[in-house]
Amino acid sequence: MNSMRVNHHPVLGDLETHKEIKIYFDGQEYTAYEGDTIASALLASGVRTLRFHEDKETPRGIYCNIGHCFECRVKVDGKKTVRACLTSAENHMQIESCKALSASEVKGGTL
Amino acid sequence: MIDVVIIGAGPAGLGAAVAAAEHGLQVCVVDEFVKPGGRLLGQLHEEPDGKWVNGIEEAQKLYNQAIGLGVDIRCGISVYDLRKLENTWCVYTTDEMIESKCLLLATGASETPIPIPGWTLPGVMSIGAAQVMGNVHRVKPGEKGIIIGVNVLSVAIARELQLCGVHVESILLPQPGLLAGSAGNPEKMMESLLRLSHLAPSPLIRMGGKWVSPKLGARLFPKNGFKMWGIPIQLRKAALEILGDNQVEGVRMAEVSANGEVLPGTEKTVSADFVCIAGGLTPMAELASVAGCSFCYVPELGGHVPLHNEFMQTNLAGLYIAGNITGVESAKVARAQGKVAGLSMARELKALVYGGNEKLYAAVEEVTETRRNALIQFQPGIEEARKELHRKFDETYKQKLVSI
Ligand SMILES: Cc1cc2nc3c(=O)[nH]c(=O)nc-3n(C[C@H](O)[C@H](O)[C@H](O)COP(=O)(O)OP(=O)(O)OC[C@H]3O[C@@H](n4cnc5c(N)ncnc54)[C@H](O)[C@@H]3O)c2cc1C
Ligand code: FES
Repeated sequence: MNSMRVNHHPVLGDLETHKEIKIYFDGQEYTAYEGDTIASALLASGVRTLRFHEDKETPRGIYCNIGHCFECRVKVDGKKTVRACLTSAENHMQIESCKALSASEVKGGTL
Repeated sequence: MIDVVIIGAGPAGLGAAVAAAEHGLQVCVVDEFVKPGGRLLGQLHEEPDGKWVNGIEEAQKLYNQAIGLGVDIRCGISVYDLRKLENTWCVYTTDEMIESKCLLLATGASETPIPIPGWTLPGVMSIGAAQVMGNVHRVKPGEKGIIIGVNVLSVAIARELQLCGVHVESILLPQPGLLAGSAGNPEKMMESLLRLSHLAPSPLIRMGGKWVSPKLGARLFPKNGFKMWGIPIQLRKAALEILGDNQVEGVRMAEVSANGEVLPGTEKTVSADFVCIAGGLTPMAELASVAGCSFCYVPELGGHVPLHNEFMQTNLAGLYIAGNITGVESAKVARAQGKVAGLSMARELKALVYGGNEKLYAAVEEVTETRRNALIQFQPGIEEARKELHRKFDETYKQKLVSI
């Protein structure tokens, strides 16, 4: 599904043809364009929830989209936690949403 | 060792890089975004003559110029710490540590959030986030949006979202209260809107434009708002809560009096699939405080700014600032300030040869000139506030620094 793309724009012009790549988010395959960030690629496919609050488990997505707020944290290739809005999507990238922590992992108890 | 490290590849950072590299300095620019250009990338403005200024093209021109002069531009790298050794600055990045003789902070501004109930739901984002999604990544933030916060930026970006094919349902105020600050006050917002009357003359002049006091404007303001580019701007409606189970589904709103009190019995819910919060901009100066700069609180400039002079020097030797970190203004001003900083650093490193002083003074003059002609004034009284700030700097630090 690519209906969220701004393919035509009266001032910026038509979207140039981009190479399509595949990314995986929580195991599901999505099509992205080369040059996308993880955040823009997922939103283009209608995915807004990028993680769940560590303690409250409430869903979170992008807020600032330019690296300031750290709301868009996701895990890439099973190790690094990155800001989805500042990280380029790459072919075959495995992305996981950050999940709520188990009670024993929450330092200092729950809120 | 590198002569100059610049943090931020926005118009200020790139403008400085060009000016410094033109004088033979070795320059490295680091930026954490995926591409160079900073916030200029998302900008799209219609000049009074109807011509569009496309930020992506402007950024590309600056980038090409810098690359042509041999500037090393590294994107996707964040700077998280700074340290001053005797004569060098150490810049700690997510890649490697870089040392330089002079350091320029051109980190820009950040948006002030307005935490209203429901604001953590996926689909709620800052107004700038929507601008970058639509104009830079070419992805719609949603199909139907409501914008909370009436100011210069939110009105300009509402128009840009429209051009992306997004339906903007309305622009309204946040519920008044401690966290919303003046953003919840219709009179204050009217004042800010009147500064836009040159961009959208007819509706605002009908409202009184420059001749009516904001107070009167807010009182005369029609209950159903007025339209700019077909988008209802509602200074007498406030958002009480953003609703949705797992993502945005709508906004609960109510009518407010001219001084912002909620009128009982006027509540209703309007559906939307995304919401933008527009709380205004503030200089992003964390790195300057990590470095140990002195600060000043200047509301006209958007908040706390590092103390500096018109040559973009801070009170720390070898440390310069330019662009929105010095106060919130438009991209052209940021770029002009960058040029001053680039020339000042060339001066400090003895690379400004013939006619150096004249060049520097002309560049300082250009900043003032650009400011006076700026299409968007984020706050009134910027020029006076800057003069006062420079005076304070001179009073305290003039003797201690390399004289210019
Ligand atoms: C969201 C947003 C939208 C805006 N929209 C408009 C608009 O429509 N019209 C207008 O006139 N003005 C707008 N502005 C104001 C804008 O700040 C100026 O127009 C101009 O872009 C400022 O230029 P600058 O070079 O100072 O900073 P910026 O253009 O913001 O560039 C700063 C750069 O520094 C980088 N950076 C910051 N911190 C670090 C770090 N620690 N490590 C590495 N890199 C870092 C950032 O990634 C960014 O690319 C907007 C500002 C924001 C924040
Ligand atoms: S959305 Fe704010 S850091 Fe990514």
